[in-house]
Amino acid sequence: MTASITEHQVQAANGKEDENSLVLLQDQSSTSDRLSSIPLSTTEADHHIARMAALALGLSVLEAAIPSPLPGVKPGLANIVTLIVLERYGWRTAAWVSLLRVLAGSLLMGNFLAPGFFLALSGALCSLTVLAASQHLPRRWFGPVTHSIFAAFAHIAGQLLMVYFWLIPHAGLVYLVPIFAIAALVFGTVNGLIASHFLNEPRTGIVKT
Amino acid sequence: MYPVLAHIKIGDGIVLLLGSLFTGWLTVILWHGGVADKAIIRSGGKIFREVPLSRDQVIEVPGPLGLSQIAIHNRKVRIAADPSPRQYCVHQGWLKQAGEISICLPNQVSVELNGGNKQYDSLNY
Repeated sequence: MTASITEHQVQAANGKEDENSLVLLQDQSSTSDRLSSIPLSTTEADHHIARMAALALGLSVLEAAIPSPLPGVKPGLANIVTLIVLERYGWRTAAWVSLLRVLAGSLLMGNFLAPGFFLALSGALCSLTVLAASQHLPRRWFGPVTHSIFAAFAHIAGQLLMVYFWLIPHAGLVYLVPIFAIAALVFGTVNGLIASHFLNEPRTGIVKT
Repeated sequence: MYPVLAHIKIGDGIVLLLGSLFTGWLTVILWHGGVADKAIIRSGGKIFREVPLSRDQVIEVPGPLGLSQIAIHNRKVRIAADPSPRQYCVHQGWLKQAGEISICLPNQVSVELNGGNKQYDSLNY
């Protein structure tokens, strides 16, 4: 009884949003008393976010191949995408892209729910919090470079706090702070410049289809 | 040459400058030690006295071999004289930064600098 109702709803949903529904499980030969498919209705905005998150994901995978002198010191190229999205589509979309990238990235690298995942998550959450405030700075004087530097510092601050309170509760950690701060300043600036370059380029179609 | 400056607005420049200053400040503070503000003098493993570095003075500390003289001068501290045979602690000279310590083992006297920000050596790290 329940099954037939579900089937009915599925068909209705399929008919309504044919293009944007994703059929995860399709078993045409099954009998009608079994649920044959689970449609996942998605909107154009979802696809858009997914596309940009995939782009960010590609950059973070690329950067995982770059050797680093100290664990945690890396360029954070994926944040270029976050910055562009923030500028063009607002903070909500940027938050989606950033968090999806952290989640999918951890699945791809195989460290989902491992310490590295929580470090990336705390860094991303701190960056997004700071970006939520810094996006209101007057655009006339403050561009992506500002947002990038603020986000980079927030990122290392979040990560170091996580490391200190959870992984290595030792004051010796303060010795590493200047290295992370220098990395944040340099990479924050460079990423901001790259994002600014793409934003000034009218032909930039990487995040729009 | 790519026009990098075209992407740095006035506010960006200020943020960049402040970020650099902040980073420099962090480096100086965290890598060049905290400022010591008091000396802890121990004798036989127990704290003999804790003295602030603000006043120049010479303190005499008794130990099994005799008196050790600890001198405080210009926010620095040293063991000026000691009855120990090899005089290691005297040769160590002036201590300036928090966390530095000078120990006269035979006479069981030590002086350690203490401050808000304790320096860590490679053993801790």
